[in-house]
Amino acid sequence: MDKPVNNRAWFLVMPVLALVAFSALLPLMTVVNYSLQDTFGGNQFFWAGLEWFEDVVHSDRIRAALGRQVLFSASILAIEIPLGIFIALNMPKKGVWASFCLVVMALPLLIPWNVVGTIWQVFGRVDIGLLGYTLTKLGISYNYVNDPIAAWITIIVMDVWHWTSLVALLCYAGLQSIPDAYYQAAKIDQASRWKVFRYIELPKMQGVLLIAVLLRFMDSFMIYTEPFVLTGGGPGNATTFLSIDLVKMAVGQFDLGPAAAFSLIYFLVILVISFVFYTLMTKEGEAL
Amino acid sequence: MTQITLENLAHSYLPNPSKDEDWALKPMNMVWEDGGAYALLGSSGCGKSTLLNIISGLLVPSKGRILFGDSDVTALPTLERNIAQVFQFPVVYDTMSVRENLAFPLKNRGLPLDQIASRVAEVAEMIGMAEILDRRARGLTADAKQKISLGRGMVRQDVNAILFDEPLTVIDPHMKWELRTQLKDLHRRFGHTMIYVTHDQTEALTFADQVVVMYDGQVVQAGTPQALFDAPEHTFVGYFIGSPGMNLLDAKIDGDAAHVAGTHVSLAKGYGPLKGHTQIGIRPEFMRLGTGDEGLPFKVNRIEDVGHHRIVRGQVDGANINVVVPESQPLPADANRVIPDPAHIHVYTDDWRVDPARQERAA
Repeated sequence: MDKPVNNRAWFLVMPVLALVAFSALLPLMTVVNYSLQDTFGGNQFFWAGLEWFEDVVHSDRIRAALGRQVLFSASILAIEIPLGIFIALNMPKKGVWASFCLVVMALPLLIPWNVVGTIWQVFGRVDIGLLGYTLTKLGISYNYVNDPIAAWITIIVMDVWHWTSLVALLCYAGLQSIPDAYYQAAKIDQASRWKVFRYIELPKMQGVLLIAVLLRFMDSFMIYTEPFVLTGGGPGNATTFLSIDLVKMAVGQFDLGPAAAFSLIYFLVILVISFVFYTLMTKEGEAL
Repeated sequence: MTQITLENLAHSYLPNPSKDEDWALKPMNMVWEDGGAYALLGSSGCGKSTLLNIISGLLVPSKGRILFGDSDVTALPTLERNIAQVFQFPVVYDTMSVRENLAFPLKNRGLPLDQIASRVAEVAEMIGMAEILDRRARGLTADAKQKISLGRGMVRQDVNAILFDEPLTVIDPHMKWELRTQLKDLHRRFGHTMIYVTHDQTEALTFADQVVVMYDGQVVQAGTPQALFDAPEHTFVGYFIGSPGMNLLDAKIDGDAAHVAGTHVSLAKGYGPLKGHTQIGIRPEFMRLGTGDEGLPFKVNRIEDVGHHRIVRGQVDGANINVVVPESQPLPADANRVIPDPAHIHVYTDDWRVDPARQERAA
């Protein structure tokens, strides 16, 4: 079919372009502007070139934060994706219990992030928190305020509690779209439970899994509110992730130049890793 | 391979069936002979698929038993029944190649690899996919996928029966004919019991030795295509088999005479007293047109020439009647009568055929 070519159609996308320009492009360019200059206030700027970028790349502090960030995202993906699939597979397919499960599963997703942080902050306290108090009474040494391992475990469990539902609900939707005939055919073909999962359910979930992995990766890589409320980045720097470090640098120390360079690199890292995930998973999907 | 027996089988999808219409399958007894080619024919929603799923074990019947040979399999899961089934819409394992799809049921049964390979090659040849065995199943056309489904159904040699649930719905017409011929051929070569569900009478009559007609949750007649044509046990069979279907006229029966709309029609046999709604049924092939006073008054509405014969559509006393006139016979322009052939008139009460011989024995 021939499609008519009319360049005036570009005018129709102008409003969107204008909106995106004001909401994303212009602020981003301001950041670029800061990242290349130095200022001592008073709206006076000096050209700094790539100095800030070099500083950020060579900074031990930021490298350490990046390491923690990668470890965190990898941990929660390794837990939430399989757990989400497992929950979705075991949720009832229809009936009252299906609705009940859906509501219960959706609940954590509806809680504001800083409230989630506060809930776990209180929950884990050794003096009044149900979890912290119980563990301590049981003789288990647990104190997220001064023990880095306890702090990490708490943050990971909190994130799993908060976000596994998202993965489970996406997978559940994927599973619901599989016609009954597939399961019947698998029975006729005498396929084992594992083979049903491997050859019917997993391929049909592939699309939603890609979305789930991307969303969970991006969100976890940018995580700020919950660890900030729970541990404030401590003990020491044990749970200082990239965004917490960035805020410290930009707002705490008012190092606008390095913070701007940091932001841009941060943004590029997320973009590149997301792209890699996307490419790998679509390729993998074809090979699956 | 084995004989399949249904004993007082009934099924309802409701937990507590009380009324007659709650039952998707009404109690039935039936024997599927080992090695038979059966067609299960009926309109949509008459319980064909339910019956099929009960035989394959995807459904557990509410009542009755299923026997494979002498062993009761009613409670056995599909896995242990060793049955192949092909569904209406294609089911393929997207991520596997055509070859892996065909090999899947054999692999699951743990057959040696060389046997799997030779069997897959054979089936691939049969469904015409030998060239594309290494293609990924995803992205094939719907009828190619359905051919894979058919292939997976036929790949196992040791199955007790192969069930087809309207398998050619998504297939091109010319391909349909070809695949049906291949199924028939397969049946001849390997002698599997085959049950073929369809609502298409041509499909049923060309495929099967025995046609089982279902209507409203029950088997109304099972027999050879010829028997179904000659003596439909139920008005639904008369209507469903044949094109056009059997003509039905309300009638009063008195011995060997029927009174239709004030006209006397003689019957080949005598009948005893009948109760209920009585009708006579005559196939359009056994009526001829007339111009005199003989036969039933007939008003011609329309004549359709379908090639080797003509179908004259008209009315007798307000009831629609079709008459088939062979191409060789002249069509009287002033036809105002239809004359039924007494030897082919059947009498029905409340939709069931009355057999005068049996009536006599009962009396």
